[in-house]
Amino acid sequence: MDSAILSLLGAFVLSILGLFAFIWSLRKGLLVENPAGAGLIFARGEIGQIDDPALGGDAHAALQDAASTSLGAPRGADPDEVRARLESDRSSAFPVFMFIAFACLWLLVGSAAGLTASVKLHAPDWLVDDAWLTFGRLRAVHTNAVFYGWVSNACIAVILWLLPRLLRTRLAGAGWAMLGGSLLNAGVAAGIGAIASGWSDGMEFLEIPWQIDVFIFGGIALVILPALYTLARRKVEHLYVSVWYFIASLLWVAVLFLVANLPGVHVGVQQATTNWWFGHNVLGLWFTPVSVGAIYYFLPKVLGRPVVSYNLSLLGFWTLAFFYPQVGGHHLIGGPVPGWLTTLSIVQSVMMVIPVVAFSINQGGTLWGRMNLAIYSPTLRFMMFGGLMYFASSVEGSLEALRSVNQVAHFTHFTVAHAHLGAYSFVTMVMFGAIYFMLPRVLAWEWPYPKLITLHFWLAVIGGLLYVIPLSIGGWLQGLAMLDASRPFIDSVTVTMPYLEWRSIAGAMLTIGHLVFVGHFFAMALRFGPNRAGAALFWTPSGEAMAHGK
Amino acid sequence: MENELKLTAGAVASLGIATAALVVLPYLQVHDLEPAAGLKPYTEQQLRGRQVYIANGCVYCHSQQPRDRNFGPDFERGWGRASVPADYFHDRPHLLGTMRTGPDLLNIGVRQPSLDWHLGHLYQPRAYVQGSNMPAYRYLFVHKDAAETGDVVVAVPPGHGVPGKVIVATRDATDLVRYLQSLDRSYPVLPASGRP
Repeated sequence: MDSAILSLLGAFVLSILGLFAFIWSLRKGLLVENPAGAGLIFARGEIGQIDDPALGGDAHAALQDAASTSLGAPRGADPDEVRARLESDRSSAFPVFMFIAFACLWLLVGSAAGLTASVKLHAPDWLVDDAWLTFGRLRAVHTNAVFYGWVSNACIAVILWLLPRLLRTRLAGAGWAMLGGSLLNAGVAAGIGAIASGWSDGMEFLEIPWQIDVFIFGGIALVILPALYTLARRKVEHLYVSVWYFIASLLWVAVLFLVANLPGVHVGVQQATTNWWFGHNVLGLWFTPVSVGAIYYFLPKVLGRPVVSYNLSLLGFWTLAFFYPQVGGHHLIGGPVPGWLTTLSIVQSVMMVIPVVAFSINQGGTLWGRMNLAIYSPTLRFMMFGGLMYFASSVEGSLEALRSVNQVAHFTHFTVAHAHLGAYSFVTMVMFGAIYFMLPRVLAWEWPYPKLITLHFWLAVIGGLLYVIPLSIGGWLQGLAMLDASRPFIDSVTVTMPYLEWRSIAGAMLTIGHLVFVGHFFAMALRFGPNRAGAALFWTPSGEAMAHGK
Repeated sequence: MENELKLTAGAVASLGIATAALVVLPYLQVHDLEPAAGLKPYTEQQLRGRQVYIANGCVYCHSQQPRDRNFGPDFERGWGRASVPADYFHDRPHLLGTMRTGPDLLNIGVRQPSLDWHLGHLYQPRAYVQGSNMPAYRYLFVHKDAAETGDVVVAVPPGHGVPGKVIVATRDATDLVRYLQSLDRSYPVLPASGRP
């Protein structure tokens, strides 16, 4: 049996299946645009009204003026629908605050571990007398803290906050979600402690021992159930595009985490394929859909303008759902795994261009003629930059899966740079933007020092690019040196040194940005700054006036 | 899209296809695999050393999967022939790795069989390899005024120890080196079927 033909045939059949499913789900109104669906995020009469809770009164008015010059003044939102939305926000405020607080904590832990690990790669004799401070443990502490701690908590916060809004109902089972959050974060803390003390399952992104994974899985399940229950009790007919992404991603992450961590089942190279089926799908089926779903809500909401093509977003969703889950094998190109498997993953990695282009056209079209508003709105800045980096990292990822490119980039820091382009410049930036939008609504309090948001943005943008670009160059040179049999191996180490140092500088900038962000978060939670709003976590009439009076 | 059942069914189906391709099919292909003829099972000490390798995250810089000769100069560098699934029969968890900040280690036991070299190199890599950025693993060693009976004393090149002290390897360090010495896939195998 010719493996190449078999694999190409398999990939072809799978892609066709995916496309059929897409068409089947779309058969109603396939060729008709659906402005009603796209407008679901607005209350009646709200289109044209900009919305960025991260802005103070004057800045908000300036943004509205700038938007109104091109779109005309809004008609004014239906007060009943706005009140219903406020009700939704109230139902989710406490759990959302809890998940954001945990996310902030893990962001700091992850940054400290990551920065220390980065420095150790060019200063290998620094901190060598304690086992828990060695590079191999700090690296895993970093990845687990940012994956399961920072991004996952932030993703859950976004989901729990947006689902009631989009389904126009109250969050069901908020208490269960918070219990889930406690279990999840206790699990993450225990897992990180285990890794630091040398107790590890030994596989990248699956280091946390399965005994602790039980708690994490329980936590995820307790978050999913309220989300599904909220979905079942929805008061809207139509499910907005963000809802598809959120619900699907919750189901995906549960299955991924469960299957990958089953103890005693996976063997030998099959364990390696499972490892990377999981490792890439955590990005592709958990971080990416939640971030894309968040952009699909926040970007049009800030602009006061529905996404231009709702059907493109459907195409994007189903192609992502059918192509992305199979790309993980590209981490094992050239390795001791069946050839058909890596070929399948390469084919699907390239197919990923379709959902990414669909997304980018859609967001670009929505933003068209409105880019100037980013000057006013911090949420918009984070979302725009994140969306742009989604395009960049996905296209780079598709290219990186090609055998000829992979031959050089595999086994080098190029991959690390790529991971940060996706997980930081795309996902983390979107999460920052979402938190800047959500928290004023959650806490009924404005961000006390708006200038800090701008400072954080530029630290994150410049630090992110300064991280990714030099390290990509260094990784590429490292790969070329490794492939050249006439050069000794150590050449591939020495050539990376200046780039590794740049990486530490960039990492320090990002860490400073995180200190600004988390410090600002604490200042807000502790009610620093000018008192421009009345209520705390719990809703009062003055809170209502604050939230929608502007 | 109005139907949440369609949404969840589609989402689960898409992941199901991927799970079949990347998890189940490889499982069916390798679960009844025989170990390679020349492959020895790990001893208890080597397995303890393997745990030290895992605990300290060696996998983040060292792969254990030499590539085919038409895909890179791995063989020319002395890392060994391209590995096959049967080489990993005893490996739980797998340690294939995805980074080569340092060289591939699947055949390090063939390339560098010396206990003394490995211990000294773990204590201070830069005493042996100029320009290496491998961490020094000093916490795997203790400094003593004088060696006691049964101690594994580590000799490092001049200028790298602590003056007036002897360096003694902990059990973790010797276990780890025993594991590294056991890494040997130099026996011949038939190329795996289905490889490109």
